[in-house]
Amino acid sequence: MALLKFSRRAIIAAGAAIAFATSAIPVTAQTPDDVLVVGQIAEPKSMDPATVTAVNDFRILMNIYDGLVRYKDGTLEVEPSLATSWNISDDGTVYTFKLRNGVKFHDGSALNADAVKFNFDRMLDDGHPYHDTGPFPLSFFFSAITDVSVIDDMTVKFTLNAPYAPFLSNLAYPTGLIVSPTAVKKHGKDFGRNPSGTGAFKFGDWRSNEAVVVEANADHWEGAPNLNAVVFRPITDANTRTAEMLAGGIDLMVEVPPLALSQFQGDGYTVHEQAGPHVWFLILNAKEGPFADVRVRQAANYAINKEAIVNDVLEGTAAVAAGPTPPAFAWAYNESLEPYPYDPDKARELLAAAGADGAELTFYVTEGGSGMLDPVAMGTAIQADLQAVGLKVKIETYEWNAFLGVVNPGLEGKADMAEMAWMTNDPDTLPFLALRTEAWPDKGGFNSGYYSNPKVDELLEAARASTDQNERARLYQEMQTIVQEDAPWVFVANWKQNAVTSDKVGSFSLQPSFFLLLDGVTKN
Amino acid sequence: MIAYIIKRLLSAIPVLLGISVIVFIIMALIPGDPATAILGSFATPENVEKLNRDLGLDKPMIQRYFIWLGNMLQGDFGRSFSLNKDVLDEISERFGATLVLAGVSFVLCSILGVVAGALSASRQFGITDKLITLSVLIGISIPSFFLGMMMILFFSVQLRWFPVSGMWPIYGARDLSALLSHLFLPAVALSVVATGVIARLSRSAMLEVLRQDFIRTARAKGLSEARVIWRHALKAAMVSVIPVLGVQAGFVLSGAVYIEMVFQWPGVGRMLVEAILKRDILLVQGGVVFVAACYVMFNIVVDIIQSLLDPRIKT
Repeated sequence: MALLKFSRRAIIAAGAAIAFATSAIPVTAQTPDDVLVVGQIAEPKSMDPATVTAVNDFRILMNIYDGLVRYKDGTLEVEPSLATSWNISDDGTVYTFKLRNGVKFHDGSALNADAVKFNFDRMLDDGHPYHDTGPFPLSFFFSAITDVSVIDDMTVKFTLNAPYAPFLSNLAYPTGLIVSPTAVKKHGKDFGRNPSGTGAFKFGDWRSNEAVVVEANADHWEGAPNLNAVVFRPITDANTRTAEMLAGGIDLMVEVPPLALSQFQGDGYTVHEQAGPHVWFLILNAKEGPFADVRVRQAANYAINKEAIVNDVLEGTAAVAAGPTPPAFAWAYNESLEPYPYDPDKARELLAAAGADGAELTFYVTEGGSGMLDPVAMGTAIQADLQAVGLKVKIETYEWNAFLGVVNPGLEGKADMAEMAWMTNDPDTLPFLALRTEAWPDKGGFNSGYYSNPKVDELLEAARASTDQNERARLYQEMQTIVQEDAPWVFVANWKQNAVTSDKVGSFSLQPSFFLLLDGVTKN
Repeated sequence: MIAYIIKRLLSAIPVLLGISVIVFIIMALIPGDPATAILGSFATPENVEKLNRDLGLDKPMIQRYFIWLGNMLQGDFGRSFSLNKDVLDEISERFGATLVLAGVSFVLCSILGVVAGALSASRQFGITDKLITLSVLIGISIPSFFLGMMMILFFSVQLRWFPVSGMWPIYGARDLSALLSHLFLPAVALSVVATGVIARLSRSAMLEVLRQDFIRTARAKGLSEARVIWRHALKAAMVSVIPVLGVQAGFVLSGAVYIEMVFQWPGVGRMLVEAILKRDILLVQGGVVFVAACYVMFNIVVDIIQSLLDPRIKT
């Protein structure tokens, strides 16, 4: 009996303690109006745009900094930003920019030609006194630059070693955002934690693994943003991020898992979608094995049910890809391309004609990775489709970094096909790095399937050298037709980036660049 | 006693050295290098080589190990490239958060486990025993990350009693009540499995003790049942329960990895997972050595306590 008394007392005490604990708990703290809380997918690495590579970091940086140029709202075409106008020399190697007057960095220093020169010299010149604030992993975007010179206080001239058409869109990329030289000199290696730019929001606070806070820049050259502040919270786990959105802990959530989308269909939320410059494809080993025959490569394109993959595996978060260039590059996209239809009979015919019936294939699949969507499920679906037309497919799965380690050096002697996805800022980048003969792995490129067509090489070289957008568009469109026919890849999907906002958030839209631009957004 | 403590401390040195070698080799051998992880699709051999050089990863492995070890012995764990921050600063900041979470869970599971086990043993085959045994079985069987997610859905999303994730509110005071409200769900989720294990072992340890002569003597002396159970039997049973607590502390610490991911707790477990995915070599190596050192020290403390409770162990 004594024992029972004790335990009863213990239970009451425990119950009281829990009751006390719960009553002491404040209801989930409400964020103030005009402060937007964004659920990010990871802790950022740095606030120094020249040193980062992840879209996750870009989402913050695009709001703190401006570049010389930027993408026009809703497109991937460049328009003036810190530069008000520019001139390109006839041979396409000299770019002269006029800078916007009266722009100040958040630290009070002025934007001028010296500041622009400092930015590019810091990245590109090993001997620059602040080169040690790197490394600068994406500085090769600007490797064509041989010299940056100050013409006058507000005019700056870039000289390139050869005509390089993607130069302007690379300047619009986060690697080209302009940082304050004064702040870099003051903070050195810690600039990444004490950033200063010219953007619509200025840096407020970075609490490691909790939040990055940016505050409205009332002096922004385009006028102050509507929001008072934005809080970026790193929430790595997608399910937890979804729960935070449902519980009201965040106002805006990016990269919603396909299966969680249905949670947000009702009132109270808006789901945003935007196709981006992304393409998900299978690299086919065109050098050896069954895929050395173009008919087998085409057969693979016919055999795979891409509609089923984007609708059933990806829950509609992607569209079927027709060719190597994503439709998001509207000006360079070949509208006349139709995706390979799902036609297993045609695939069987082609396989029979090529004598590749029952061929055995090794297929590299990754477990995850940047832009790879749902690679294991997609790989399995693809395997099943290929088996159905009589190919024997053996999957080998790798963790993402290991995967890049086996795929990037080339598939020769190892595999017949591999998954891959790219997100780029210019229609030049992917085909130039992954489809030219000069881009075979042994020459330092990403053409891991050894595709080679002299006509394609020629078109891509010409497009890169031209500074006329219409001319470039024509060349890229012709390239797409040839590449689709040659089928060095199986063209599978173009990812549609998504985001969810709560009903308090207004005037938000996703950009094809996949950047997050918040200067026009409201919250009440 | 002093000699015993010194002996235990000395024995930790080869263990830690061994761990440093193992974690170094693992990080050197796993496929994928930091430069590839940073560059992603842009990892051309040329870019990779240049970045590895900038990161100081182009030296031979043996040399890299001794540079790392030498620096570490001088308190310099290096700089994390994925966070652009001093490794030791990051670890100590994150370890504090893990310590709060794991510490509270450990206290929770130790007390609940021992009390439940003792209660269960003292009423063997009674209804209390059956209820406790059943809940213990359920507790042991539920994966903690799943339990964590279900708790978030129920208590945070449905009832909105607790915040979903994080350690502190984004706005508002950072006081004890704010911490407790963030801590409650992850601490409970983390302690459930360990509570079950400790309860089971406490139960059988108690059952064994309760059959011994000195318990019969204690009862014969006319002591109250509560006193017999909670003073005499429990103390004797603790001798075999405490080393298990030491092991469970290890499980709680490693279980914190999942819980920290689910609840986005800014602890060292989540740090390690993210660092491994980014191939942040120095952060992983430093973190593992640091956590291992803490675990080894904790076990030494447990051994010492045990030797105080049971003089036979001191040899």
